[in-house]
Amino acid sequence: MQNSTILEKEIEPKEENLSRLKELEDQINGIKEKLESLTKSAPSNKLSMIVFSGDLDKVLAAFIIATGAVAMGMEVVMFFTFWGTPVLRDKNKKAGDKDLMGKMFGSMLPKGTCEVKLSKMNMAGMGTKMMKSLMKKKNVASLEQMIEMAGELGVQIYVCEMSMDLMGFKQEEIIDYPNMSFCGVAKFLEEAMDSKVQLFI
Amino acid sequence: MSEEIHADKVMDLKGLPCPMPVVKVSKGIKEVEVGQVIEAVTTDPGSLADFPAWARTSGNQILKTDQGDGVIKFYIQRKA
Repeated sequence: MQNSTILEKEIEPKEENLSRLKELEDQINGIKEKLESLTKSAPSNKLSMIVFSGDLDKVLAAFIIATGAVAMGMEVVMFFTFWGTPVLRDKNKKAGDKDLMGKMFGSMLPKGTCEVKLSKMNMAGMGTKMMKSLMKKKNVASLEQMIEMAGELGVQIYVCEMSMDLMGFKQEEIIDYPNMSFCGVAKFLEEAMDSKVQLFI
Repeated sequence: MSEEIHADKVMDLKGLPCPMPVVKVSKGIKEVEVGQVIEAVTTDPGSLADFPAWARTSGNQILKTDQGDGVIKFYIQRKA
């Protein structure tokens, strides 16, 4: 009873009440607009990762995080750049038509996962060999298995076109992977802006 | 005497190190209906922290964790 009398009093169409009402309406509309733009710019449940390193241990860590993130329900995008790009070369594929520098980089950098070395304790390849046999013994997935699993899980891989060009790699010597494309920095930034987690490895 | 939990699916993840237990269980949970329970058996001590973290973020529920003889058993109910 008391409430309704208050309400009646409040909605009395007085000039000042009307203008106050208009003011409130404007404020609510402003908040609505802001909220909309905030929801639009909120990052997705996504992980964007730059794989800069070409070391076995670091690339392995990158793939462990990537597959783990998919298990946690995240979308995962990996960007391979600089020393990371030769990891994705296929040792059985050949690309002709390379200039001298391209040939030089091509022969000096690892040709795919099997030639990737540890960042520490490589000891002329002995350390890497030991680590690989230890991983086998301990049932830790190999880099090749991790890449295959990432493909099955829908991890998207982008390869930096500029690094490829710089080192003289051709797209036809890159491994077969279900979700792979080539891009530049803008594509990474677009994905990173829309990701809750960003990593540089 | 604790109540027995009925598992609709058993996953043997023994001997698998990180990240395989979580990766496999996230696949496996999609193969049962919402409300059904998976019994996941691991030997990876890291899964003691990983499974609850995975369950929290994926919205599933760990009903019970049994531990003994180096084996960890998780009873996980699919919630979503």
